[in-house]
Amino acid sequence: MSVDGPTKAYRRKLDIRRGRVDMSHGAGGRAMVDLITGIFRAAFDNEWLNQGNDQANFPTPNSARMVMATDGYVVSPLFFPGGDIGSLAVHGTINDVAMSGARPLYLSASFIIEEGFPLSDLKRIADSMGRAAAEAGVPIVTGDTKVVERGKADGVFIATTAVGAVPDGIMLSGDRAVPGDVVICSGSLGDHGVAIMSLRANLEFETSIQSDSAPLHGLVADVLAAAGQQLRLLRDPTRGGLAATLNELAQQSGVGFRIDEDAIPVKPEVAAACELLGLDPLFVANEGKLIAVVAPEGAAALLAAMRAHRLGREAAIIGTVVEDDQRFVQMTTSFGGGRIVDWLSGEQLPRIC
Amino acid sequence: MCLAVPALVTQLLPDEMARISLDGVTKTISVMLVGDVQPGDYVIVHVGHALAKIDADEAEHTLALLAEAAALGEAAVEERRL
Amino acid sequence: MKYVNEYRDGALARDISAAIAAEVQPDRSYAFMEFCGGHTHAISRYGIEDLLPANLRMIHGPGCPVCVLPVGRIDDAIALARRQGVILCSFADLMRVPASHNGSLLKAKAEGADIRMIYSPLDAVRIAESEPNREVVFFAIGFETTTPPTAVALKTAVAKGLGNFTVFCNHVLTPVAMRAILDAAPEPGMPPIAIEGFVGPAHVSTIIGMEPYRSFAEIDRKPVVIAGFEPLDVMQAILMLVRQVNEQRSEVENQYIRAVTSAGNRKAQALCEEVFEVRDDFEWRGLGVLAASALKLREEFAAFDAERRFAVATVQADDNPACECGAILRGQKKPVECKLFGTVCTPETPMGACMVSSEGACAAHWTFGRFREHQARQQVKPPRRLQSAS
Repeated sequence: MSVDGPTKAYRRKLDIRRGRVDMSHGAGGRAMVDLITGIFRAAFDNEWLNQGNDQANFPTPNSARMVMATDGYVVSPLFFPGGDIGSLAVHGTINDVAMSGARPLYLSASFIIEEGFPLSDLKRIADSMGRAAAEAGVPIVTGDTKVVERGKADGVFIATTAVGAVPDGIMLSGDRAVPGDVVICSGSLGDHGVAIMSLRANLEFETSIQSDSAPLHGLVADVLAAAGQQLRLLRDPTRGGLAATLNELAQQSGVGFRIDEDAIPVKPEVAAACELLGLDPLFVANEGKLIAVVAPEGAAALLAAMRAHRLGREAAIIGTVVEDDQRFVQMTTSFGGGRIVDWLSGEQLPRIC
Repeated sequence: MCLAVPALVTQLLPDEMARISLDGVTKTISVMLVGDVQPGDYVIVHVGHALAKIDADEAEHTLALLAEAAALGEAAVEERRL
Repeated sequence: MKYVNEYRDGALARDISAAIAAEVQPDRSYAFMEFCGGHTHAISRYGIEDLLPANLRMIHGPGCPVCVLPVGRIDDAIALARRQGVILCSFADLMRVPASHNGSLLKAKAEGADIRMIYSPLDAVRIAESEPNREVVFFAIGFETTTPPTAVALKTAVAKGLGNFTVFCNHVLTPVAMRAILDAAPEPGMPPIAIEGFVGPAHVSTIIGMEPYRSFAEIDRKPVVIAGFEPLDVMQAILMLVRQVNEQRSEVENQYIRAVTSAGNRKAQALCEEVFEVRDDFEWRGLGVLAASALKLREEFAAFDAERRFAVATVQADDNPACECGAILRGQKKPVECKLFGTVCTPETPMGACMVSSEGACAAHWTFGRFREHQARQQVKPPRRLQSAS
C-alpha cells in the first residue's frame, strides 16, 4: 500500500462534450456507474442519492394518507421554449400529486436512453431536472437507467413517480363537483401545446410563446389555505386541454358545465397561432395551469389567493357546474351563441379546411 | 371551403416569398399568387400562400354596413319594447 | 387580430340578430344553403343558429373537400404511400378519413408507410428536394382556393427540375357542385328542398370572383351572397339574402368586399389554367359522378402526375348502405335523421363523408350542436312532481 492509501482504480472522465451514450452505459458495469455519477448524481445531488443504494428510505410523513403518481415523458422535441423533457418530467408528476391537495415529498426518475444519444444533451436534461427539483423543493431520491439500441427510443424517454402527504381533512376528488359550484382557471390556456407545435417539422412558425411548465404545489397550498373545505377538486388540463378535463369531470361527478368563452384567458399570440393552424385553444395542452371547482361561497377568496400567487396572476372564473343528465360541457361563445365543448377526437391536428 | 387568415406582411423575401405576422406569430409564405405586395399590406393566407390583399377601405366600409345593420336591429328591439 | 376580431363582436351580433328577426316576414319561412364547409364550421362553432329566427333555416352544403372525396381515392393514396420508396405528403385533415378495410392514412402510417403531414404544398416540394432518392407524392385536395397553391408547387418543381415530385390531383369545382345540388332529385317520398339562396364561399370567391355564380341568380332565380369567413360576415350575408328574397330580387352580391373582387384573382386563375384541365367526370362522395367537376394535370405536366407515373386505377368503394350522407350533403336530410348518427357513426368512428371532417354537417352538429335536441326535449318535459310526505 502506498502512503496515500489503497490504489485508486483508474477512472476515465466522461467526455461530456463529444461523447455519446452507448450500450455499455446500461450494462450495469463501470461505464454505467460513471454515467450515473457524472451526470445524474452530479445534477440531483441529495443525501439519498449520495448514499448510493438502489432505493431511498425516509420516515413516514405525519399524515393519515399518502398520494403517489407516475407519468411517462416522451415529448418531442426534447428542448423547447420554456423547458425541456427533464423539467417537464419534474413539474408534471409533482402536479399530479399536487392536484390531490398533497404536498409532494420525493421523486424517482427512470431513464430509457437511445444508443448514440449525446452526453451533452443528457447532461443538459439532467441539470435542468436537478434545478427544477431544487426550485420545487422536491428531491429526486432514486432512479434507474437503461440504454436501448439505436432507433428503439426517441433520444430519451423519462418516467417519474412522486409521493406526497395529504393534509388531514382534505379530500379532493373528481367526483365531488355539484351543481352551483364555481369553476376557476389559474391562467392562460394553450401556451405549452403551441410552444411545442411551433417546432414541429413542416409547421415552422416563429413565436415568442414559451411553455408554461411549472410546479403548482405552492399555488395549491395557497388555494387550500384560502378555500379549505369549500374546495371540491383540482385538476391540471394537460393532454386534451380544458375540454378533456371538463368532460372527464362531468362524467366523474355526473354533472354538466356551463362556461363562458369570453372569460377563458388565452394570450393573443396563442390565439393567433391557433388561428393560423386551425386549432382550438380549448384542446391544447397546458403544463402549468390548474382548474379548481369550489363551492360558490369560497369562490371569491380562492380567486384572490390564486391571483396573489406568481403562477395564478391571470386566474379567472370561467363557469359553473349545473345539472345535466347528458353531461354536456356547454359554452356561450364570445359571439353570444351556444355550443358544446366535446372530447377531442384523437390528436388535434392542424387543418386546411 | 378553406381556412384562411388575414396576416400582416412584414418583409418581402426573394423568390416571391414574404414574412407575415399574425399578432406576433410569424411565418414565411409564398406571395406568388398576389401581384405587388408591400410590407404593411394585409393578405389572406391559405396553406402557406397569400391569395388576396385585404382592401382596407372596403374593410372599413363593411364595418360601417355592419354598424348600420346593428342600429336597425337595436331600433327594432326598442320599438317592440314600446 | 386585425381584420378578425372586429368581425366577431358579440354586441354587434345581438343587434344584427334583431335586425334579421325584424326583417323576416312572419308568415313564411326561409331556407338558405351555406355551400362552404368553413361557413358550416363557423355557424356551429359560434352558435349562430341561436341568433337566427325560428323561421329561417340554414342548410349545410357539400363544400367540404375532405367530405366529398370518395373512399376509392383515399385507398389510392394509401396504396401509393405503401409503395417502396414513396413519401406521401398530405394535409392533416385527411389523416383520419376512413378508407376501405377499416384503413386510413394514420393507420397506414402506424404500419410503417412514410406519410408526412404538411401545411403547404411547397413543403412537399422541399421534401422532394432534400430526399432526391425518394419519390415524393403530394396528395392534393381542395376547391378553387387550394388549387392555385398546388399550381405554384408544380411550377416550382418544374423550375427546380425535380424528377421525384408528383401530384395526386383531387381538386374539385364549386359551381358544378352547386348546380348538382339544385338539380338533385328529391328523396323518395320527400318534398323538394326549397333552397332559396346561397351563402357563397369566401375564399373560393377570392380566386374565382363573382361571375361563376351569375347563372344561379339569373336563371335559377337563387340569390347568391358571397360571405366572409367571420361570424358577423355570415350574419350580414344572411340579412342580405333575406332582403333579396323579400324584395324578390335575385342577384349575386358580395359581402366579402374586403377580399373578393368581381373578377377574382386573375393571376391565380391564369396559373391554374396553365397547369390543369377539367376531367370528363369525377366521383363525389354523396353526390355521385359529376361531369366536368374536377381537375387533372395537363399533358405538358405528365411527368409530375402521380396517376400517370404510378398507373393509379381507382376502384369505387361503397359507403355503408344506412349512411345518409348523400341526402345530407344535398340538404335533403338533417344529421339527426340518419340512423347511424351518434350511435355507430361518431367523429371517432366516422361511417361517411359528413362525419369525417370537422366541417361536415354531421361532425359539426355532433361536435358543437347536439345539445340542442336535448334542450328541446327538456323544454317539453312535464314539471317534476314533488315527493309527497306520506
